[in-house]
Formats: sequence, C-alpha cells, structure tokens
Amino acid sequence: MKVRSEQELAEVLAGANAPVRIQGGGTRDIGGPVSGEVLEVGICGVELYEPEALTLVARAGTPLAEIEAVLAGEGQRLAFEPMDHRVLLGTKGEPTIGGVIAANVSGPRRILAGAARDFALGARFVDGSGRVIKNGGRVMKNVTGYDLVKLMAGSWGTLGVLTEVSLKVLAMPETEATLVARGKDAAEGIAALSAALGSPWDITGAAHLDPGVAGPESETRVRIEGLAASVDYRIGALQREICVGWEVFRDDDSVALWRQVRDVAPFADEPVVWRLSVKPSAAPEISEALGVVGLGHAALYDWGGGLIWIAPGPGHDDAGAQAIRAQIAAHGGHATLVKAPADLRARIDVFQPQTGAVAALSRGLKQQFDPRGILNPGLMG
Amino acid sequence: MQMPEPSVDVLSRKARIVDRLRVGLPAGAVIDDPIELKAYECDGLSAYRCPPMCAVLPSSTEEVSAVMRICHEEGVPVVPRGSGTSLSGGALPTADSVLLGVARLSRVLDVDYANRFIRVEAGRTNLSVTGAVEQDGFFYAPDPSSQLACAIAGNIAMNSGGAHCLKYGVTTNNLLGVTMVMADGEIVEIGGAHLDAGGLDLLGLVCGSEGQLGVVTEATLRILAKPEGARPVLVGFDSAEVAGQCVSDIIKAGIVPVAIEFMDRLTIRAAEAHVAAGYPDCEALLIIEVEGSEAEIDDQLVRIIAIARQHDPVEIRESGSAAESEKIWKGRKTAFGAMGQINDYMCLDGTIPVSQLPYVLRRIGEMGEDYGLQVGNVFHAGDGNMHPLILYDANKPGDLEKTEALGADILKLCVEVGGCLTGEHGVGVEKREIMTAQYGADDLEIQMQVKDVFDPQWLLNPAKVFPLEASAGRRM
Repeated sequence: MKVRSEQELAEVLAGANAPVRIQGGGTRDIGGPVSGEVLEVGICGVELYEPEALTLVARAGTPLAEIEAVLAGEGQRLAFEPMDHRVLLGTKGEPTIGGVIAANVSGPRRILAGAARDFALGARFVDGSGRVIKNGGRVMKNVTGYDLVKLMAGSWGTLGVLTEVSLKVLAMPETEATLVARGKDAAEGIAALSAALGSPWDITGAAHLDPGVAGPESETRVRIEGLAASVDYRIGALQREICVGWEVFRDDDSVALWRQVRDVAPFADEPVVWRLSVKPSAAPEISEALGVVGLGHAALYDWGGGLIWIAPGPGHDDAGAQAIRAQIAAHGGHATLVKAPADLRARIDVFQPQTGAVAALSRGLKQQFDPRGILNPGLMG
Repeated sequence: MQMPEPSVDVLSRKARIVDRLRVGLPAGAVIDDPIELKAYECDGLSAYRCPPMCAVLPSSTEEVSAVMRICHEEGVPVVPRGSGTSLSGGALPTADSVLLGVARLSRVLDVDYANRFIRVEAGRTNLSVTGAVEQDGFFYAPDPSSQLACAIAGNIAMNSGGAHCLKYGVTTNNLLGVTMVMADGEIVEIGGAHLDAGGLDLLGLVCGSEGQLGVVTEATLRILAKPEGARPVLVGFDSAEVAGQCVSDIIKAGIVPVAIEFMDRLTIRAAEAHVAAGYPDCEALLIIEVEGSEAEIDDQLVRIIAIARQHDPVEIRESGSAAESEKIWKGRKTAFGAMGQINDYMCLDGTIPVSQLPYVLRRIGEMGEDYGLQVGNVFHAGDGNMHPLILYDANKPGDLEKTEALGADILKLCVEVGGCLTGEHGVGVEKREIMTAQYGADDLEIQMQVKDVFDPQWLLNPAKVFPLEASAGRRM
C-alpha cells in the first residue's frame, strides 16, 4: 500500500487493525524482520528552501537525490553526509529523506559536523493512533517544548511515520583534500587520528582501514575541507605536526576515498556486517580481543576509531554476536547487526539489547506513541 | 502569571518530610529556615517569587537518589535548580515543593583528550568546564551569556545556546551522555563516550526537557581543540533591513562565521553611554567574528568585507589587535546591562527564519509604538535567535502587564513567520500559557505523554512548560 498525503496516512493508521511495515525508498532493510503489510510513504516534494537561512523543508518521501540536487544548485549540501546503504546491502530503490532521518543515517563528517539528528530542526509525523503531530520548527535554535525530533531520528518508524522534516543545511566547501598513511596497525592509525582530531584544524573525516579492506596495506585517512587557502594551510600544518610524510589526495580523488568509507563499500560482498559505536581509543583493543576469541575479521574504522565496521566472515553460528556484545559490555557503546540474512536477524538482537531503566523507558515511549503496536513491531527488538 | 495552589496535604506533612530528608542527607544539606530559603525563591526571572517548602543540597548522585526516593514516597513536588540563572522561571519553586539544588555537585570526574570528552558533575558551571581543559588547548563550545554562573545541569535542562552556536551548535549537539536520577530515585545511565544512541535517542529527549524528566547529576561533554585565533569585524549600516540583507548574503556566500551579532540604534546608544565602546551612531551594526590561523582569518574577512561594501556601510572596522577585538565585543557583551541602566526591561527569546529579519524588525518597531513602549534589539543574527528588550517601568502601575502583552504579541509574530517562542531560554513558567500559539492540542498531549513515561506522578517541576489547564488533570 502506498500513501500520498499526510491525511491519507493518518486515516490508514487510525483504521489499521494489523501491523504495518513502514517503507520510504526501501533501501535500508535493516532490523528484526517485520511481518505486516508494507506501507510505502509516497509523500513527496521540497516545500521550502531558503539558502540564506540554511534551511530546507521537505516531505518525508522526497528522494534524497532530489534534495541533494536542489541544494547543489545553490552550492549547499547535507553536511552529515548520509551513507547510501544500497552499496552495502545490495538493495535497489531511491533513498528518501524520511528514511535518512528515521534511521539517523550519518557518514564520516559526523565526527565534526554532527549526525543526521543534529541537523533535523523539525518534523511532522503520524503516530500509531493516527494522530498528526508536529514538533520543532525550521529555525536553528528552538527549545520550545520537548525535542521529539531527536526521538524520531533513529526510531526507525517504530514510534511514528515521518511525513515532513526540516533540515539545517550548509555550504559546500570550496575544496577538499585527504592525507593518507599506509602500513600503520590499528593502534598506531587510531592514535594518529586522535592527534589530528585534537588539533585546531577542523578534521572532517578520520578513518583507518585494516590491511585487505581497501588494499594490501592498511590505510589511515584524514580529510580537511574549506576555502582553498585554508585547506592548503592546514595540509601544511598537519604534515608538519602529525601527518609527517603522508600522501595528499585532492578534489575528486579525495571525494572517492570518502565515498568508499561512507558506504562501507569494501564490505559489499560480505554476508554479515556489524556496526559498533564505541569510545575511539577502545577500538584497537576491541578489535584485537575479537581476533583472540576466534572471530576472524577485517575492520574499517571511521569517526577516528569511534565507529567500527566489522565483517566477521563465515563460520559463526551467531554471526559473532556473543563475542561482539561482550566487548560492548566491557567498553560501553552499542553494536548493530546492519547486514545479515533475515533468518539470522530473526534469531539475534539486531540492535543493542537494553536493560533496566533504559529498556523500561523505551518500552514506555513505544506504548505511548504506538499503543496498539502496529508500527514496525519487532524491528528494534 | 499563575502558579497552582500548594497542596494542603503536603504542607501538613512538612515536619515529617524535612525530618526524613535530614536523615537521608549529611548535616547542612537540608534548609528549612525561612530566611535562608529566600535565596531560592526565584531565579533570573525575578518578577516571580515563591520560597519552597524546603531546599536540599546533595553532594552526590546517591544523595540525589535518596532525596528523590523520599519525595516520591511522600508525593512531594521537586523543583531542580542548577545555578538559578534561568530567564524563564525554570527553577521557580512552589510553596509545597522541595527545591533540589545541584550546586555542590561540581567535580571534574574525567578528562580524556584522546577521545575529546570531559565528564563532570552537573552542578559545575559552564565556564569552569572550559576552565578545566583550556590549559591544554581545548574548550567546551556552548557559551550562554550567563556562562560564568550557569550550571551544566541547567544548560542540559534548557538546551542552552550562546553566541557561537552558528558554528558549534547548542548543548544537545555537544552532549554525549548523562547520569540521571529518575523521579522514583532510580539512577540511569544514558549515552557515554561513544556517539549516538543504540536504541531510541533518550539523550536527545532529556536535553531541553526543563528538569521535568529527571535530575541530571553527571554529564559527558564533547570538548574541541581551540582555534588558533579569532577576530571580529564591526560593520555599521543606516538601515536595519540592509544589515539583515548583509547577514543573508554572507551566509549565502558559504562563509560560516562563528558569530554574527546584531544591535539596533537604541542598544548601540545604550552601550555607548554605558561603556564608550566607540560604536558608530547608526541604525544597525553587525559584529562578525571568524576563526582560524592568521591567514585564514584574513581570507575570510576579505570576503566578508567585500560583501559588506555592497551594502553601503557607514563604517567598517576590522580589529587589528586583541585590544581592538575586546573593544568591539565590549559594547555587545554589556548591552543587556546597558539597557538596564535606562529602565527595567523584559528580554524575549523568539527565533525567526533569518530571511524574515527585516520584516520582523520593522513589525516589532510598529508594535512597540502601538503599545507606547520602546523595544531594543540585540541578538544572534546568524541563527535568527532574537532578543527584543522591552523597556518599561516596574514602579508604574500597569506597565508590566502592558509589557507582557507586547511580549506575547512579538513571540506570536515569531511563530507566524515560521519561527518559535524560545530559542535558548526555555518555556518555564514565562511562556507556558502561549505554548498553544506554536503547538496544537495533540502536539502538547504527546509531549505530556512523554512526561507520563518518565514521571508518572508528575512530581518533577510539574507546573512548567505546559499550559496549566492542559496539565491540570495530570498534576496532583
């Protein structure tokens, strides 16, 4: 079923007597399998774009590509650099802005600029009872009432179905460049990334790729963006202080390096892929511990080490869940089984299992927003 | 402004409640002396005052938990308080409430430069967070103008902003995790040293919830490396509209200054009289600050000045030294105090889309004339967060009421043009009753349902944020 207006969506949800599976462009088949009719959100169109106010308002079903084209026309972009999951998951279709926000999808620039949720200024959505709700607005500073926009971002359609989002956008930089080192182990690479991120030179990408991920040797990458003179200055400063002897890639070559990291392209052929968000300095230890317990794997580290993508390879009955979650228990953070066959996702908690008061609060919110449990039941556990 | 009638039942049990709190807390942490309680009768919105039934000053998360458990068992409302600098009455007590001050929770718990965070107890002041890391070249970005006094707990409750949030964002964009005590005393950990939530974004929900969902006792905050340098340029215009257009053009050109501040003629003159900052006598001035290395600063200022020149400025003054920078900022930083020299004032906090600046400034002028009140404008132009200052005389009967009415009209105008009631001060008691200008019944109901989940008995800061009539059925 496809709905084309907010009112139609509200009527459908108010009258629904069975669970529905909410879908934007259908490119992010992530989470516990949801049984239920597919409800496609075909509510489309850019409603307002004010480049001088750095704001864009679009209906949730608007293709991301359309939004990016509109922004590019004014030299602007979505600074949180949303990952295109089609590359990793092998899905078809057009990602929508509603899907991006509902899944809080960010990319390498999250480390400096912030996540999708940080750029979501306002939202309209329909809750599980069919109520049409608005929250936030289209201005950058807004503390009027509770911030339900943050709550909706990353709730994967389990609390409500987004119909409209307001976004903060930013100017595209004049130019970009990437510094690359080869042959460092994970600990050395991440220590270098930490040093760069702790410098005043506004690093907008900080990744380390294990040997075999992007080439025979490991690669450690640092990105800078901005006005041409400023980028040159910062390359010089980094090469002098932290990235001594690193190779420089500019413009399109730099863009390609980060497209690969953003979309986790090296793991496109892997059947099982995990995503871990951790304290950056814990990343090498976590990775090593997983190897010690027999989880053969290669890792791609983004966000200065704070985001680890792991493909555990074949031969694990539980896709490595037990070993990975033991590391999370020891070091903090969370792990999501982003890619796995549906039968595996039905057996294993895809999202980090919650306990105690946090679990109770999440259950309580679900109960208030979707008392009949019809919105993507089971997707988040 | 109305507050609910205090509960006779709670007041009748005052002696027992105070005794139980004394047993649960160390000596000196419970205050019920009427004279001492005067210190807690109001916050920065001092027009409204009411001493609490008693005040408690716990020194640890466990002590906060003990207080909350006792108050939960006794059914007593709890009003959390950071440093009491709220401009919206967020920490205003009721006569039947326990005021919970977190000022004694002020330790630094962990500084981690490799992972770029600091963990502090939530009563620590905003500026002293930066103070703990600046010797190593780091800072905490959100910088509300009360930063010398205001506590991180209050910053989180109100999702505070500041002058530099055009580049660095507000509190919610710089908050990684909290330890929070729930209404029933349970201690919960949300977030941590990692980024983003593994499940629902409870951290994003708690930030800006005005102390209604829990009492934050510890916070993990993102720290950043200090830029190599910063330098402002001052540009004067003979029309506010042209100044607004200049702001638009700078942003559209892809330059992101760390701050763009706006002052109108009334506030320029007040600042001049107050601190003699050497501002030009003109309709509007902008202070635009950029950051980076010397060369980067030069490069950005050349671009900004080229744009400003297209708007016939009456003066462009680029800072040539630290002393000159300080002088440029001096008038702006003391503008509120300078206005206070002229008369009493009410400070509003609506935010508007930047594109609406010229129209809204003109309308505010017209509305002020209609009411016979003067309105000064000094605000963060880059992000549209306005701070109209309505001058009035508190000793003149009817003047406050007239001012409140004009204030409400101005905030409704902000909403009409696509903005909101409050950009950084919070709703508190001040804007509670006009929430209906921005939100419909269902929009408010679902927010109150969120509070139902965190605080089913509505004991935490209950008479704030929502119109009293809307929350009446939920409050005890």
